[in-house]
Amino acid sequence: MQQLIYFFRKFKYFLFFLLLQCIALTLIFTNLNFHKSKYVTSANAVTGSFYNYTFSISEYFSLKKTNHELLVENTLLRNRLEQKQKTTFLTDSTLIDTIKYFQKYTFSNARIINNNFTKAFNYLTLNKGIHDSIRKEMAVVNGKGIIGITETVSLNYTRVQSVLNKNSKLNARLKNSGYFGSLKWDGQDYRILQLTDIPRQAVVKIGDTIETDGKSTIFPEGILIGIVVGVDNNNAADNAIDVRLFNDMSSVGPVYIIKNLHKYEIKELENTINE
Amino acid sequence: MSKTISFGILFLFVVLLQVFVLNNILFLGHVNPYLYIIFIFLFPLKKNRFGFLFVAFLLGLSVDFFSDSSGIHAFSTLTIAYLRLFFVSVFFRKYEVDYPFFNLDLEPFGKKLNYVTTLTLVHHFILFSFANFSFENFSQVVLNTLYSSFFTLVLYFLVVYIFSKKQ
Repeated sequence: MQQLIYFFRKFKYFLFFLLLQCIALTLIFTNLNFHKSKYVTSANAVTGSFYNYTFSISEYFSLKKTNHELLVENTLLRNRLEQKQKTTFLTDSTLIDTIKYFQKYTFSNARIINNNFTKAFNYLTLNKGIHDSIRKEMAVVNGKGIIGITETVSLNYTRVQSVLNKNSKLNARLKNSGYFGSLKWDGQDYRILQLTDIPRQAVVKIGDTIETDGKSTIFPEGILIGIVVGVDNNNAADNAIDVRLFNDMSSVGPVYIIKNLHKYEIKELENTINE
Repeated sequence: MSKTISFGILFLFVVLLQVFVLNNILFLGHVNPYLYIIFIFLFPLKKNRFGFLFVAFLLGLSVDFFSDSSGIHAFSTLTIAYLRLFFVSVFFRKYEVDYPFFNLDLEPFGKKLNYVTTLTLVHHFILFSFANFSFENFSQVVLNTLYSSFFTLVLYFLVVYIFSKKQ
């Protein structure tokens, strides 16, 4: 017993050091898991409000660029709307049945108040949270393409797992042929992502467009991602294709958060046990 | 008492400086200085180390909260905080009786450079290893460590030079 007390006396600082190190290690390892990472995030009230405050100053420096981007996007959407109206005119009657009303996605907007793109595990912070009905695992996009998936949500702020995160894995497909694979990031270049597990029979050319696949419950179908810039001809196991993002992740302005209204219905259906 | 308050202010100052200014420098696209470890160098040596270790942990954790890095700053800062006394005895030959009189500013530049460089390299190496979190891109980890350490050390000696002139 005396020996034990002597041991604790002698190594008390080392034991305290080990205890704190263990706490730090636990935090590091829980963060690798998408569903558990909730303790050390910038989406809490203190850091969130700090970032919100600095963002309210720094946003003025990019107003011109943001305005231009929104104008371009608006033009695109207006043009698309115009095409849509043409086709509805051709049909002689429009049926609007409110009971059969079928909306799958709703969009809301947010601003990025903190952006990282230089590390291997990057996260963004948004200025909307539970109060704005943001929940976990919603899609975050902007006019040019995908940004990431919401991960930890506090009352007023949200942490987004950027596509530039080694844990990120999204469903994506080739726009022209429909072959799909998963989109990952190897942590090297923030402009280039890797599309893996595309079937070998798929013909991939440099310049092909990559878009989201409707198979996940997070991203709607057909949201743009990027273009193919490099095809792997080495017959590697994962058949990786280099994709350059349409988005410049080093400067992203306003974003849209997409909520899938059918998510729980789909999940429930998929999780029913086969009897 | 006034020392406690001044170190409290220094704590807040280095955290805010790190997360709002230094984290956004991104020299050559990705190189950042991590000057907040200056707190570890400046904190007075004491026989009782519980407080210091805890404050070092908190310092790292605060930077983690802001930079979404989940404990890697806490881990690396705590490590150099623990190793500090060992390197003090190696480089300056100061032992427990000398702690109350120890002043980093009064030490010769060569010894100080060795001490600060060693701690900075250890901190940055652990930091980048965890930030990378795989054995791929190991050369990148080493390069990042060297670049960032250089940046941090230059800033550290500039800061020390500027503030010691006033006295």
